[in-house]
Amino acid sequence: MITDPMALLALLIAAATPILFAALGEMVVERAGVLNLGVEGMMITGALAGFAAAHATGSPTVGFVAAALAGAALSLIFAVLTLGLLTNQVATGLALTLFGLGLTAMFGRPYEGVKAPPVRFDWVIWAGLAMVPLLWWWLNRSRSGLVLRAVGENHEAAHGLGYPVRALRLAAIAFGGAMAGVGGAYISIARVLQWTEGMTAGAGWIAVAIVVFAGWSPWGVLAGAWLFGGVTVLHLRAQAAGFAVPTQLLAASPYLATILALVLISARAKFSRSGAGSAPGSLGQTFHATR
Amino acid sequence: MFRLEPRAVPSVLWQVATPIIAVLATMIAGGILFALMGFDPVAAIRTIFWDPLFGPASGYSRPQLLVKAGPLILIACGLAVGFRAGIWNIGAEGQYIIGAICGAAVALAAYPTEAWWIFPAMVLAGAVGGWAWGMIPALLRNWFGASEILVSLMLVYVAKKIAAWMAFGPMKNPEGFGFPGSRNLQQYPSASNPELISGTGLHWGVIAALIAVLAIWVLMSRSLIGFHIRVAGEAPRAARFAGVMPGRLVALCLGLSGALAGMAGLFEVAGPAGQITDSFGTGYGFTAIIVAFLGRLHPIGILLAGLLLALTYIGGELAQMSLNLPAASVQVFQGMLLFFLLGFDLLTRFRIRWRPHA
Repeated sequence: MITDPMALLALLIAAATPILFAALGEMVVERAGVLNLGVEGMMITGALAGFAAAHATGSPTVGFVAAALAGAALSLIFAVLTLGLLTNQVATGLALTLFGLGLTAMFGRPYEGVKAPPVRFDWVIWAGLAMVPLLWWWLNRSRSGLVLRAVGENHEAAHGLGYPVRALRLAAIAFGGAMAGVGGAYISIARVLQWTEGMTAGAGWIAVAIVVFAGWSPWGVLAGAWLFGGVTVLHLRAQAAGFAVPTQLLAASPYLATILALVLISARAKFSRSGAGSAPGSLGQTFHATR
Repeated sequence: MFRLEPRAVPSVLWQVATPIIAVLATMIAGGILFALMGFDPVAAIRTIFWDPLFGPASGYSRPQLLVKAGPLILIACGLAVGFRAGIWNIGAEGQYIIGAICGAAVALAAYPTEAWWIFPAMVLAGAVGGWAWGMIPALLRNWFGASEILVSLMLVYVAKKIAAWMAFGPMKNPEGFGFPGSRNLQQYPSASNPELISGTGLHWGVIAALIAVLAIWVLMSRSLIGFHIRVAGEAPRAARFAGVMPGRLVALCLGLSGALAGMAGLFEVAGPAGQITDSFGTGYGFTAIIVAFLGRLHPIGILLAGLLLALTYIGGELAQMSLNLPAASVQVFQGMLLFFLLGFDLLTRFRIRWRPHA
């Protein structure tokens, strides 16, 4: 059993990385006023595409690039449907997750049981951490970031001011897809080192929950991802230590922790009077320019 | 340029036509996908959509239609009520698993007593279990404002872990030679849910599904609660003036869909599945979401959509055996079907107008 705090911290950060990527991407999407519940589907697609590309070329870097492209490509289906054909975002996101899970199960068969070269990818962890201040700066200090937020707060007003609502949302959705893809690939290429059907096991949904927990801020997303990483590491430690609770129930702890975090944050938002940490005004609403 | 003009009233013609167009589009897109993978697209589509009903082995596969459609219709009926009100229960899969566990618990506790009351008590326990699991997201939303989408979904994963624990722990068959999984309820007459008319696939779960279709139709079109649900979904602000209590509606919808999903789980564990295993969840809870949408959130539509998706399950199994098509292709089909359905739905709400100069 590892007791060295530095080693535990390293485990925690590694466990948090897939969620961090996916949740940062989803945060940007939601800041643009779009609720994409397809994160789980995009993550699993990234996990398979990344693993397949890394396996074919022998280069994990190529794997991560392929994963980002695959995640973005899948997100474009969502973008075309919600932005072009004005479909309901909740239902379309669900369809994207079901489709991604099915598609990867179908095309992933040849990769079951294939081992990947055991390499560590610290640069991906660092890239994830670097995205946090970068996105904070972009959302709060750059002109384009402020326009994106305006689109998310009130798409009618932003459209009236002449901002390209649909183009910005399209870009945000593609970015979210690429980030989810990279997050998924981190699981298959760097953490588990293999491909199994449905291996993201709800990580994408936890990422969506963390965005709420984070109050739509990058630093909050980091805190949420680390909290989740902490619970994951703790449950694995407890399992290794032969804790008195059945292992199958311990394995439910990340999901229970996510529910608990959601409840605490929602309660704070509900009972506090300030608007800080509340959802973007146009979140989940369909935009149709009438002129 | 093409322009979208909102319709004042959704087109009834397109409401009926879009599911049919979506199914045809899915067949075409699925055929293209199969062709890309190196399969004969015509043979694949025929095997999935035609052979289960009229093919050479249809004598075996036709009864399966009702076996698979029963749980889908039962779950989708409950989900549709919530979706109509804008309440998103995405966790029916978890409610289905917990319902099965609670129902099986009654049977395992009574074993080996033979009595008439055991099966009805199991149905009740299944419904109560699913109801309770559905009430968790309802109460957390009402008390704290937590999203019912995320909470109900997280509870699916928790339910799966509980099922695994039950299969390896408390419910493990003492006469099971160390294998995980509970006693097989099919071999316990008082607790089993058998085929009622031989060769039809009809079991109590299918009868419950048909009753649910009728009950939901009455609820939605003939009762004040149904009116409240429709108003809450279509005009949330006006609903308050119409006397709708949002909290009660959330509890009602999540509780109702949870109870129906729990019953579906019980009928499955007492019948086709037979036992609680670590992989008890079969995805019916998620597929039922597609059934609800494909059926236009209308009971009769759900009945037809449930039969259609049941067909894809059986056809998928046939295609797996005869053409060696991957089992997961059915899921891809289902995802595509939902995409096309949502996309074509544009036509019910908008007119497409051509304007030379916009």
